[in-house]
Amino acid sequence: MLFLKRYLPLVICGFTGVVFGIQYYVPHKASEDLLTFINDWMIIIFGFSMILALASLFHVHYQKIRRRQSGWGFSLIVFIAIIVTVIIGIISQGETVDEKGLTSFGWIYTNMLVPLSGTMFSILAFFIASAAFRAFRARTLDAFLLLFAAIIIMFGRVPAGEYLWSKIWGAEFPLQMGDITEWIMGVLNMAARRGILLGVALGAIATSLKIIFGIERAYLGEKE
Amino acid sequence: MDLSILLGAWVAAGLTLFIFSFLYKDNFFFKLGEHLYIGVSVGYSITLLIFKFMRPKWFTPLFGEHQWILLIPTLLGILILTRFIPRLSWPSRLTFAFIFGFGAGLTIPRSISGYILQQIQGTVIPMITKEGTQISYTFRDFSNLLVFIGVLTVLIYFFFSVEHKGAINILSRIGILFLMISFGASFGYTAMARMSLLFGRCYDLTLFSSKRYYYATPILLCLIILCFLIHHVLSKKHSV
Repeated sequence: MLFLKRYLPLVICGFTGVVFGIQYYVPHKASEDLLTFINDWMIIIFGFSMILALASLFHVHYQKIRRRQSGWGFSLIVFIAIIVTVIIGIISQGETVDEKGLTSFGWIYTNMLVPLSGTMFSILAFFIASAAFRAFRARTLDAFLLLFAAIIIMFGRVPAGEYLWSKIWGAEFPLQMGDITEWIMGVLNMAARRGILLGVALGAIATSLKIIFGIERAYLGEKE
Repeated sequence: MDLSILLGAWVAAGLTLFIFSFLYKDNFFFKLGEHLYIGVSVGYSITLLIFKFMRPKWFTPLFGEHQWILLIPTLLGILILTRFIPRLSWPSRLTFAFIFGFGAGLTIPRSISGYILQQIQGTVIPMITKEGTQISYTFRDFSNLLVFIGVLTVLIYFFFSVEHKGAINILSRIGILFLMISFGASFGYTAMARMSLLFGRCYDLTLFSSKRYYYATPILLCLIILCFLIHHVLSKKHSV
């Protein structure tokens, strides 16, 4: 039993890790087919894992309704919205567009999901602006550079910034706002991002090796 | 105008205003919009999962074409569901082991070739221009030098195996300056992306304000404000 519970998962993990680590360096059709095949397996497993995620969501909202906690009516709305969307999706066969135009499922996507997600993320603009107003104080060199880069990028990405720059320096000035923004993004920003990416890549490789060799077992629910 | 387009405009305008009402305060309309968002997005994901992934990749090949090999991922998928019973949840470890092994195996070669080698290739580039026998120094060469210094100093800043003293401290300080510029640039970029979304929503609201859509935005906005006023008056009466 200990073998099944503890060692078999480590064997499976190590074996699949080694196989798919080597697979990348085998330039053969069979190797590429194997990757595509196992990718499809992953989609199937992901489909089943969605049941787990949905059960968790349903459990939370069902408990709220059952106990008549404050805001339980909104939990009911979550249930109704899920059920209605899925039923309409099944009727439309998961297609958003057909030969007649937008399906009912497409209607939900266009007139409900897109406005809701767009607005939900767009109100963050207000919170970002208010947080920046309170937090951005150029007290040190580090803070000044952060503030300076943010202002230049924000101005450089809107036509108003270009317009103001050309009004101040003239349209013939060799250095335009767009050039400065591009230089900051493509040189100074990229240099720092590259350093971070290299660190992330090295970290990912180290963690992957630890998983394959069974040193990192947190995914099994073990601390060691 | 087609009724579904008109209804769509009213629904879209209403839901947009519901979410924007949060700028006033946390209220009934925002909560309604928020929970609808959760429900609709979950329902949408389930439908896509069924029709775009599970049906073509699992149901049809297994039950229609009898590809019995797909019983293995089916079994692995079912094993995940043992998590529902804590005492019998250990078989789910087999599935997690498979997923993590697969992910770890894929990560190593792809990180080496896609990140490490490509990033180094982009960093270690000529820092002087040589045309024939003539050597010149352009602004591009200066930028290449800055990229090299930036990458090196940021890596030194994140290198914690040596104490940050003396020369290392100076280099890591330069790395911090590069990081600050990068964070500022990322902030500016994100803020403007959100602004762009905001303009998009405002554009739609303006569009739905027209006679063509029977003044959906102003009517719905007035109704929401009226509801706030009624709620305010009623809650004042209650407190009295």
